[in-house]
Amino acid sequence: MAYVAVKGGERAITNAHRWLAEDRRGDPTIPEIEVNQIREQLSLSIDRVMSEGSCYDRDLAALAVKQARGDLPEAIFLTRAYRTTLPRFGASLPLETGQMAVRRRISAAFKDIPGGQVLGPTFDYTHRLLDFTLAANGETPLEGALEAEEPQAYPMATIASVFAHEDLLEPDTQTGAAAEPFDLTREPMAFPAGRDQRLQALARGDEGFLLSLAYSSQRGWGSTHPLCAEIRLGEVAVEFVPDELGFAIEIGELTLTECQMISTGAGGIETAPQFTRGYGLTFGHCERKAMSMAIVDRALRDAAQGEASAPVQDEEFVLYHSDNVEASGFVQHLKLPHYVDFQADLQLIRRLRREHADRQAAMKEAAE
Amino acid sequence: MSIAFDLARVAAGFSDPTRESQQVFRKLMDAMARPGTIYDLSQAPEPPSGMHRAAGAVALTLFDFETPVWLDPGLHTEAVEGWLQFHCGAPRVAEPRQAAFALVADLSAAPLLADFNAGDAKYPDRSTTLVIQLPSLEGGPRVTLTGPGIKSEATLALDGLRPGFWGEVQENHARFQFGVDLIFVAGDRLTALPRSTRIV
Amino acid sequence: MTARTNEPERYYNYAYLDEQTKRMIRRAILKALAIPGYQAPFGSREMPVPYGWGTGGIQLTAAIIGPDDVYKCIDQGADDTTNAVSIRRFFAQVADVATTEDTAAATIIQTRHRIPEQGLTEGQVLVFQVPQPEPLRGLEARETETRAMHAYEEYGLQYVSLYESVATYGRIASTVGYPTMIDERYLMSPSPIPKFDNPKLDDNPAILLFGAGREKRIYAVPPYTRVRSLDFDDYPFETQTWEEDCALCGATESYLDEVVLDDSGERMFVCSDSSFCSDRRAAGHAGSMAGHQLATLDKAPA
Repeated sequence: MAYVAVKGGERAITNAHRWLAEDRRGDPTIPEIEVNQIREQLSLSIDRVMSEGSCYDRDLAALAVKQARGDLPEAIFLTRAYRTTLPRFGASLPLETGQMAVRRRISAAFKDIPGGQVLGPTFDYTHRLLDFTLAANGETPLEGALEAEEPQAYPMATIASVFAHEDLLEPDTQTGAAAEPFDLTREPMAFPAGRDQRLQALARGDEGFLLSLAYSSQRGWGSTHPLCAEIRLGEVAVEFVPDELGFAIEIGELTLTECQMISTGAGGIETAPQFTRGYGLTFGHCERKAMSMAIVDRALRDAAQGEASAPVQDEEFVLYHSDNVEASGFVQHLKLPHYVDFQADLQLIRRLRREHADRQAAMKEAAE
Repeated sequence: MSIAFDLARVAAGFSDPTRESQQVFRKLMDAMARPGTIYDLSQAPEPPSGMHRAAGAVALTLFDFETPVWLDPGLHTEAVEGWLQFHCGAPRVAEPRQAAFALVADLSAAPLLADFNAGDAKYPDRSTTLVIQLPSLEGGPRVTLTGPGIKSEATLALDGLRPGFWGEVQENHARFQFGVDLIFVAGDRLTALPRSTRIV
Repeated sequence: MTARTNEPERYYNYAYLDEQTKRMIRRAILKALAIPGYQAPFGSREMPVPYGWGTGGIQLTAAIIGPDDVYKCIDQGADDTTNAVSIRRFFAQVADVATTEDTAAATIIQTRHRIPEQGLTEGQVLVFQVPQPEPLRGLEARETETRAMHAYEEYGLQYVSLYESVATYGRIASTVGYPTMIDERYLMSPSPIPKFDNPKLDDNPAILLFGAGREKRIYAVPPYTRVRSLDFDDYPFETQTWEEDCALCGATESYLDEVVLDDSGERMFVCSDSSFCSDRRAAGHAGSMAGHQLATLDKAPA
């Protein structure tokens, strides 16, 4: 059989784009999915795309999910490539997650804490049984969630305030005097990484990668014995100080998931034993990611203290490999032509084999 | 640092920043890649009094809020400061060692090359680039240059250098990978001497 | 040559990148030229093509290109490989630039894995796409360590590795991305070009710029810079050679691609540099399989 060499790239690319569009659409007798349906009904996909895409825009994320045919890393990539072209107006004030309008808040540390345990919308205690009525009827009749008898506490006390009286939990510390935090989208990774750089890298990092790292830590590869002190989900106001006004104005609201993991800290000569923390924060509702991030953040503090031995404690290993847009691109670039490199390898292997055969022949001759 | 200035009195910058900065940059890139070769920047806009046209072109092309600039005291005029603030928005620094760029109008009174930032061992690129205004890029004592960017050798006869300046340039090269990089301008014309160039 | 489209309205900025990003990259290019072979970190942006697919080269080109440029883009030496086509289209669209396959006509040549056979000239810029800028990365995984090795010019590890290669294979077995020493100071990866192309780096009249987008590094070799491929006195540097000639144009001294013709082991060797090969054929040179369909397929349709 004769092979036809793959050339004529221009036509091939155009046609591949057309084919891709057909495949994205699927069976044309089935109504096309609308971006607002994706936004409303695949909301956790939207949350992940916004978090790892570093761009809070539900409509844009929904469009990305649609265009990417549901491939979330591809949708994250689309979002990032768009985001990078947007002008920057400046940095907002730090978000006050203590002022969050909470929809879900749980603590595994105390049976009850001020504000109470609020389960909110969670898969946690669902039985993972496929609901075939969703398939048969398109949807199940909704039974509206019951309203609480008493209004929820606002602001809801954070785990830090619960601990504050005994000084049991290490306090939040300011990161330096820099006017703005480190920004990985403007500057390359630097080591040792500041906590701002680390948290930004983790917040943009791949959920699967962080999940596996956190899991490896729990299993003993750099364990920090974490305990989930608090998870909260809800809405937080974003404030910005325009130069021309000189005072803060509210410019919008974000849905956030925040996780505080705590571990026992032995203290030192100067500091008394205290609980130390790991911090996780994501756009939208990304609980698995926020928890993983908090565990990895805590584990990486060991690196700063020179106690690193496991992968999860190795700053350079974790931060250089957590970004799925970088990782996906580089793994998949192996699809690009490597004829030139391969020809070089072929030449070498053939030459080494010839020399090997010559040696074998010479040995055989000598033996005879 | 914010400087109050009268917008109406700020001289114009590039009329088409995208196009013109690209054209200036290509000449700058060629200059840094071919030490001692002289380039013409007469197409650049007229900068405020005290600045040479080629120096203005470099500022408009490379300076911005990410580049701390050290400004020669002779250029501490409302016209120059307002123009740089409006078109570049670069922060000003008083300490030569903090400067990403230095704009030198009077070389005889300027700090030594060794007083500017020579980068660090791991990041020698974090060093000052000096833009030095001279009366002419020709007609001075002739020196011979060799090194990267130069086919066998080149010559340069900068006019108006301070005594001992070529010695400073030699010392600057001798501590490579450390060092500052130099852009010389005179009127519309420009040439560059990166730290890699040897003076023979 | 494909003429400029002169499209006046564009959704994105000219050459895609915003002006502040261009300034940041331009400053890095100047420092990279001033410290030949040194890897300057830069704030690499996310581009609309994947990391590993030329984002570093694209950012360099975007920072230097203007409407008066003539742009050529090759991958594996060829103008018609899919990714080269894709990147060339990108710049024709976002930078209003004329494109060409003719090496001599181009002012900017972007490349992956090859240096054109035809000698470059003063005034040309060759932009390399670089997957891994760190020549020592295969020997030492940590950036904190390799950066210190460059800072203190401690390249013993590289020589040990070459020596081990000699001990194992009887020669220096590195075939692509063969390590080079720039102006006797910085060890530099020439990107994964075959070592066949290494001698072209030395004393080249063109400006050589290297961009690694994912790794966020820019480095450069100015024109007429000494580029030495590492070797030992008793194991001198050598390049690839073929017993075959190009089957299409008969060239005896170009880098050859191997093309499998059928499943009984038949193969032909053709120039990897498609522009070089077609120029030779146009000038009347013919190889043993002149007129093969491969010769007609390698021109992109207008």
